[in-house]
Amino acid sequence: MSFTFTPENIKTIAKLKTRYPKPQALSLPCLWMAQYQEGFISIDAIDVIAEVTETPAMEIYRVATFYSMFHLQPITKKRVMVCKTLSCKLCGSEEILAHLSKREDVLVEEVECLGSCGSAPVMQIDDLYYEDLTTQKVDAVLEQL
Amino acid sequence: MMRTCQIVSQKFAIEDAHTLSIAQEHGAYDTLAKCQEFTPLEMIQIIKESGLRGKGGGGAPAGAKWALMPQDSEQSSVLVVNCDESEPGTFKDRQIITKDPHLLIEGILLTCYAIKAQDAYVYIRGEYFQFQKVLQRAIDEAEEAGFLKNINITLHRGAGAYICGEKSALLESLEGKRGHPRLKPKQPEPEWYFGQPTLVNNVETIASVPFIIQNGAEAYRAFGTEKSPGTLLFAMSGHVQNPGVYEAEFGVSMMDYINHYGGGIKNGKALKAVIPGGASTGVITAKEAEEVTLDYEALRSMGSALGTGGMIVMDESTCMVSVLKNLLEFYHEESCGQCTPCREGTGWANTLLGKILNKRGSSADINQLLEIADTMNGKTICVFAPAVSSVIVSFLTGFRDEFEVMV
Repeated sequence: MSFTFTPENIKTIAKLKTRYPKPQALSLPCLWMAQYQEGFISIDAIDVIAEVTETPAMEIYRVATFYSMFHLQPITKKRVMVCKTLSCKLCGSEEILAHLSKREDVLVEEVECLGSCGSAPVMQIDDLYYEDLTTQKVDAVLEQL
Repeated sequence: MMRTCQIVSQKFAIEDAHTLSIAQEHGAYDTLAKCQEFTPLEMIQIIKESGLRGKGGGGAPAGAKWALMPQDSEQSSVLVVNCDESEPGTFKDRQIITKDPHLLIEGILLTCYAIKAQDAYVYIRGEYFQFQKVLQRAIDEAEEAGFLKNINITLHRGAGAYICGEKSALLESLEGKRGHPRLKPKQPEPEWYFGQPTLVNNVETIASVPFIIQNGAEAYRAFGTEKSPGTLLFAMSGHVQNPGVYEAEFGVSMMDYINHYGGGIKNGKALKAVIPGGASTGVITAKEAEEVTLDYEALRSMGSALGTGGMIVMDESTCMVSVLKNLLEFYHEESCGQCTPCREGTGWANTLLGKILNKRGSSADINQLLEIADTMNGKTICVFAPAVSSVIVSFLTGFRDEFEVMV
């Protein structure tokens, strides 16, 4: 298998195992660690996670494909996730999306409610939110990446 | 008249209240000594008497839920805090975990004492990672200060699934599985996490516990109405001047709240409709909004629900067909796929709405939407499909003319 967790992650896994009644509970934490490590979740990583969690690999695959934040393919461009749900739509997310669609250097994804309705429209890049967006603010944020 | 209430938001305006030292200056963890005056059963009795209701949307009495937890079981009990806040229009729990995380931790410690739990998990939606870090720092600080000697608090990050806000789906996810809701038991019983009796409560519910223990059930009941006691972190978004989260007591007039805290409708326009408590509650018209008060009973009497108290406000320029289409896109994307009426119904209704919105629909399509809503109601494992059903019906009841002019 070509995937191994980093020593730091192995330490984290050992610590987490003491926190949960069964190793299967570690499937989401392990999938997150694998995704941060490689940028996506490879089939090799799924096999390793299956061993760690004492769960069939198929079950880990089922879990990995259920949650929208996990990716089983590498992503080459910077992902920009724009919330398209109601409050953001009422406050101008369509204008933000139209503006972003002109850019080819980023991968624009429409996502469902990010829980930032009071500071709409909002987008997420990596793990950070950018709120109260205008087209100028979007440009300024992307400039700094 | 709006009375200022600060049960959960008492430290929101204080700078750096997320740090232990500042939080302690303002009384954080004071109730830990106080709770020793009570036995666990007495604690549960106080919560029962306070009338505290679950603040994640359902509004079930919290004390009754706590009382289901076994006090003398050989298996240890578990507390799970639901911070999967994904209901469109709802953004209140993130205020607590970023502005006053120690209040939540204090609430967790009190609750664990009452239900005799040693392990607590906080399930946080995956997108909230930056807010999760603030809560984790607070937990680390509390641990170093010796507050967590007998209790493990573990943060568990979700990964983008709305349905995990449903408590049994959340527990499946916390067990490392797909977030598929479980069948409900016939008789009231605790939830189960890997076979251990488990209590699942929303962040705000747990964050309300320290006030009640400190000041007593009567002090909590001094706010709100008889059937909906206390306060809620109500929120506003959409076409309001000042969107945001503002704590208020149950029973205030909806329009007073929107005008007082929200500064009224944006750009001086007229109000058209309000979705009162997150996207899964039925829409009400401006006229209904003028009459309704913000409590569980008043909204239910209008055929809607208080839900999470996250109001989505829409002005006169809003196209209600495109609003319902937007919501159905959400539901279709987020249906977990377990039950056929939900999986297929959300997709079908979404397609029909697209047809109507593109002026290619017919009046038969409108009736078809109602038929789909009927088929989705009461025939699935969880309340996701019945909620979608009631949303469709509410739009076609309140704004049917807007659909009819499009076909």
